[in-house]
Amino acid sequence: MIKKIFFQSIFLSFLFFKEAFAAESGGMPQLNPEFWISQIFWLTITFGILYIVLSKFILPKISANLEIRKVQILENIEAAEKQREESELKIEEYEKIVQNSKNEAKNYFKQTREKVLKDINLKKEKLDKELNNEIQKAEAEIQELKDKAPEKINKIAVETSSDLIQQLIGAEINNSSISAIVDDLSKKKMDKYYGN
Amino acid sequence: MATNPMHQFEVYRIGPEIKLGSIDISFTNASLFMVISSLAILLIFNLGSKKNSLLPNKVQLLAELSYTFVSKMISDTAGSKAKPYFSFIFSLFMFVLFCNMFGMIPYTFTVTSHIIVTFILASFIFIGVTIIGFMKHGLGYLKLFVPSGVPVVLLPLIVVIEIISYLSRPISLSVRLFANMMAGHTMMKVFGGFVISLGIVGGWLPLSFSVALTGLEILVAFLQAYVFAILTCIYLNDALNLHH
Repeated sequence: MIKKIFFQSIFLSFLFFKEAFAAESGGMPQLNPEFWISQIFWLTITFGILYIVLSKFILPKISANLEIRKVQILENIEAAEKQREESELKIEEYEKIVQNSKNEAKNYFKQTREKVLKDINLKKEKLDKELNNEIQKAEAEIQELKDKAPEKINKIAVETSSDLIQQLIGAEINNSSISAIVDDLSKKKMDKYYGN
Repeated sequence: MATNPMHQFEVYRIGPEIKLGSIDISFTNASLFMVISSLAILLIFNLGSKKNSLLPNKVQLLAELSYTFVSKMISDTAGSKAKPYFSFIFSLFMFVLFCNMFGMIPYTFTVTSHIIVTFILASFIFIGVTIIGFMKHGLGYLKLFVPSGVPVVLLPLIVVIEIISYLSRPISLSVRLFANMMAGHTMMKVFGGFVISLGIVGGWLPLSFSVALTGLEILVAFLQAYVFAILTCIYLNDALNLHH
């Protein structure tokens, strides 16, 4: 209502100057009021329709489209973030598993090695013992032999020398005196032959 | 022939004379270009809002960029309270922009180069903003004319100046757009006339001016639509958020 009154008053105020404007034809066509009302009328109609259609149908759609896109993008970003976190967790888990299995393998290796080493040691000890025994036995035998050897040699020496003397001079010589000499000699040379 | 540079602004009747009582509301070339501009806007924005794909096509991008451009302009100048007036300012900006741009095509008519059109738009805005101001603040809206921090001695003078500046808003708003469009189009017509009158020898200089002026006028066409819309936002801001 106010708008209408305003327009009319403006129009009327210009009507008073109509003659003045009409006088200078060839001036500005803008100031020729012949089609003013028509322009106002069509402006109101076209702009009115434009406003109504834009505000009722088109702009809400664009706004909704923008909103939907925004929400969708945010959702996608969120989902991507979530997946990234998940994959990071998975990677961590995987690394843990790898580490665990590495440790396990190490442990197993260590254990087996220890076991094998122990086994070897045990066997070695046993063998050592056996060897020692054998060596001791052999040493004892050798000792025995060593101990017995000089007596036998002496005996042989006595016999041989008594035989030799009998054949050379045809006389019986007391065995005991020969063995005394042999003993004496063998004692002197003992060191040379047996080293003790 | 149309050697008169003002001839392009003449309004003439298209089709029969239509009378509403004793008032002539015939369909004119001005009406034709208002209809064309409106239809172009509706077509583009209808195409741009038809389907919503995550990756918008060109028309959709255009529509959405315009939407965000205007909505940012409004929220920057008038704040969030101006949201209900978004549709109006959007329509206004697009209407003025398309009328200006269609006027840049040779042999067309520039709707906004007529003072009556811009004056009606501006006074509608002025009256609307004044009504909104009084509805929001009651008589407190009159405080707009009393700036704070002014010495009491100067106050009567300042209030008068403020009232005059407020009342001259529709005139300044309408004359700015109308004068810019008219001056630009007249100048282009004048330079075009020079090209013809100077002929093939001397016509090159005004022709190059004409080319440069076309670019400038397209810029002005956009800029004036923008200024028109942003001043509307500023006036609306005064009415919605009384700052003084």
